[in-house]
Amino acid sequence: MSEFASEFLDICLSLSLAMLGLAFFFTIARIIRGPTLPDRVLGLDMLTSVAIGFIAVIGIDTGRTLYVDIAIALGLVGFLATVAFARFILARGKTADDDERQGLPIMDDDPHRDTGSGNPAADTGEAAR
Amino acid sequence: MMESIVTILAGLLLLVGSAFAAIAAFGILRLPDIYSRMHAASKAGAVGSGMALLALALMADSLPVALRAIAAIAFFLLTAPLSAHLLAKAAYAVGYKLWPGSVLDEMPEVAITTRRSDTPARGDSPAQQSS
Repeated sequence: MSEFASEFLDICLSLSLAMLGLAFFFTIARIIRGPTLPDRVLGLDMLTSVAIGFIAVIGIDTGRTLYVDIAIALGLVGFLATVAFARFILARGKTADDDERQGLPIMDDDPHRDTGSGNPAADTGEAAR
Repeated sequence: MMESIVTILAGLLLLVGSAFAAIAAFGILRLPDIYSRMHAASKAGAVGSGMALLALALMADSLPVALRAIAAIAFFLLTAPLSAHLLAKAAYAVGYKLWPGSVLDEMPEVAITTRRSDTPARGDSPAQQSS
């Protein structure tokens, strides 16, 4: 029973390291591609949470629980960074990359395709022509 | 016996937590606009790292380490919704559009509210107002 448990934990650790690495990769792909600034800020937020998960996994794997403090500090810094970026987005206002919406993928039966505004509440039902 | 059960539980928590994080990152990559990406990232991301930290708290051999891990979970659960809400509201107020296929947008137009009380952004600085 005990050997099985430790073996199972080893497998789980390897699998979760692989999955967290995949998550890192996807998030960084979004940060590089991300058409607008809020996308990149969101990627940054996600990156800190994935890093905290990494710290937890490595803490279990190697027994170095010293890094838990760093996880707490990283959560604090990530939160403050996201709040500061949100304020910055507010203060910066509209910029040219608002129009990056054209880069969004278009659904097949998109009722608002021809009505330029992306706000369905603004167009009434007959607006789709 | 008890120890083995705790170990297996920690392994399962690790597995589920990192699967949550991976799915959240996949959602960030694939979903069409900021708001739906935020929906994927901030919920699943917080749960993912929270579950990994909970597994660490289960496997920790001393009480302070376990308590620190639990404090990190509490802190993370406290701050993740706040930052997601702030970011979403900022993006909406500035006017980043929803995905054209979105069905419903109930939120009225939001005024950009950094002007007076908080950020001296557009010309009218607090010093001028007080004088």
